[in-house]
Amino acid sequence: MNSRNLILVLVGIAALIAAPLGQGNYVIYVLCSWLIFSIAAMGLNLTLGYAGQVSLAQAAFMGIGAYTTALLTMAGVHWIFAAPAAMVLCFVIGLVLGYPALRVQHHFLAFVTLAFSTLTFLVLRNEEWLTGGSLGLVGIMRPKFLGFDTMPQLHFYYFTLAVFVLVALLFWGLVHSPWGRAFKALRENPIRANSLGVDIRRMTLLAFAIGSALGGLAGALAAPLVQFIDPPAFSLMHSLKILLMVVVGGSGYFFGPILGAGLVIVMPEFLRFTEGYYLMIYAAMVLVLMIVCPTGLIGLGRKFASQFKGRSVRGDLKEGAKL
Amino acid sequence: MTEFLQVVLSGLATGSIYALAAIGFTLLWQASQTINFAQGEFVMLPAFFVLIGMHVLGMPLIAAMIFALILSLILLGVIFKKFVIEPMLPHGTLPIVMATIALGILMKETVKEFYSAEAQPYPSLVADRTLDFFGAAVSTQDILNLVVSMLVVVALQFFLSGTRTGRSMQATAQNPQVAEILGVNIKRMVLYTFLINAALAAVASFLISPIYLAKFSNGEPIGLVAFIAAIVGGFNQIRGALVGGLLIGVVDNLAAIYVSAQYRAAVPLILLIVIILVRPQGLLGKAEGRAV
Repeated sequence: MNSRNLILVLVGIAALIAAPLGQGNYVIYVLCSWLIFSIAAMGLNLTLGYAGQVSLAQAAFMGIGAYTTALLTMAGVHWIFAAPAAMVLCFVIGLVLGYPALRVQHHFLAFVTLAFSTLTFLVLRNEEWLTGGSLGLVGIMRPKFLGFDTMPQLHFYYFTLAVFVLVALLFWGLVHSPWGRAFKALRENPIRANSLGVDIRRMTLLAFAIGSALGGLAGALAAPLVQFIDPPAFSLMHSLKILLMVVVGGSGYFFGPILGAGLVIVMPEFLRFTEGYYLMIYAAMVLVLMIVCPTGLIGLGRKFASQFKGRSVRGDLKEGAKL
Repeated sequence: MTEFLQVVLSGLATGSIYALAAIGFTLLWQASQTINFAQGEFVMLPAFFVLIGMHVLGMPLIAAMIFALILSLILLGVIFKKFVIEPMLPHGTLPIVMATIALGILMKETVKEFYSAEAQPYPSLVADRTLDFFGAAVSTQDILNLVVSMLVVVALQFFLSGTRTGRSMQATAQNPQVAEILGVNIKRMVLYTFLINAALAAVASFLISPIYLAKFSNGEPIGLVAFIAAIVGGFNQIRGALVGGLLIGVVDNLAAIYVSAQYRAAVPLILLIVIILVRPQGLLGKAEGRAV
């Protein structure tokens, strides 16, 4: 990262620290859910943008993370242990789901995850003894850290922000490590990557499992934010929403999902005056964006920038991410 | 035993409608690598064209159905191909997936906002009676569904393998480059595929709406079942989609009676996962070999 970008990132973090000051509870809530969905979308970006696999179960992993965290914290386990447990669970489920799906043709993970997200919804709704059924779980406590109580909305925001920055740093490190380069290599040209000694299946599986674990972490943050969870919050529709975040922002770009999550979360607030037409306008916008520029908003921005500077489009995205 | 027979028969009737949607889905995939996530909405929409024809324009049922069929061919066939899929083809499958998801939401919301959010009664072509079939009660609607969809499938199969145009379409699906060298107008063949898909969706819509009523949210379960049917049967085969559709219809019905109503929706999904594990090319599909 060069120094200009470093300054931009520091300014961004400073803006995130200053953003909630003087705002009401609702605005802070919207900011929190932006950060949380950014984490889930970053995880999906690893699966989709870097390893080139479509997962339609990111919200289901959020659900598993949220229910695990909620059940553990309500049983008296501290969040700091509950959240990693949720992530490990999602990681393992990711491995179990991905192993057979990645054995066969490339688009199968999409269908397996599609089925999995519906199954998760059914289990969450029907197993009342564990999940509370369609009534959900109520009264999830927000964690305390050495006297720092996250109960006030502003405190919870800073807690979420800290987790977000930590995850973003680790993610940045991951995608710039040899692993991250291997992920990209198998998206761009799997045969060549394979010939250079990258174990395609193992790396794809790993990317999917890590992505799923990040979904679990997002769920672990979402449960104490809302303090109430029920199955519809993690349905297939929300998985599609997270997928849209990644693609609209720009899959395969580090900041793409963060931008995309911002748009998907904040847009309803701006389009509130349109009332029932909101989803229609939104869907139409996505449709047009996909037709005009399939690399998402960041790709669109780069396209304009390169026209002025005369620079070519990033080579690894010329072909577009493939299913 | 009577109950079993009854459940299987009505499962076959619903399954044959699923098969229509699944076949359209498979055809689109073969011809243009389009995974149409809006397929369920494609089946939901034509019923509303019929309702508009009848209640807004005052047409009789048959005229309204023809009106709806033509509208479907134009909107879900030509417009969908020219303005949604074609510009995205060079960018691979992912943008198409996203765009069809968005299109599905758009169609659903448009119907909800501009027609109605309530389930609409939909006229059937036959008087609603039940017939006795070896002790099992079968409704006339079920028989109509089974007969019409089987006729459509047979006609389609005949068209694809018995006519020159149909064989050109198959060639285009199997190997577009070679087909073009041999003088097949690929673009036109792909357009035909989209038109056939639109027509299949319209027929499925006319048949299923009298049972489930016409509702904006009908598409989601139908789309999911069409997927599952296509994969279970074999993604690269029309026969596969047919068998898959019938199988899912029957399994779904049996599960509702003999497993549990709560987990009814889970049974086809479990079937899907088992098939992917054991026989990834589908029941009737041919292995394509690893893509990489």
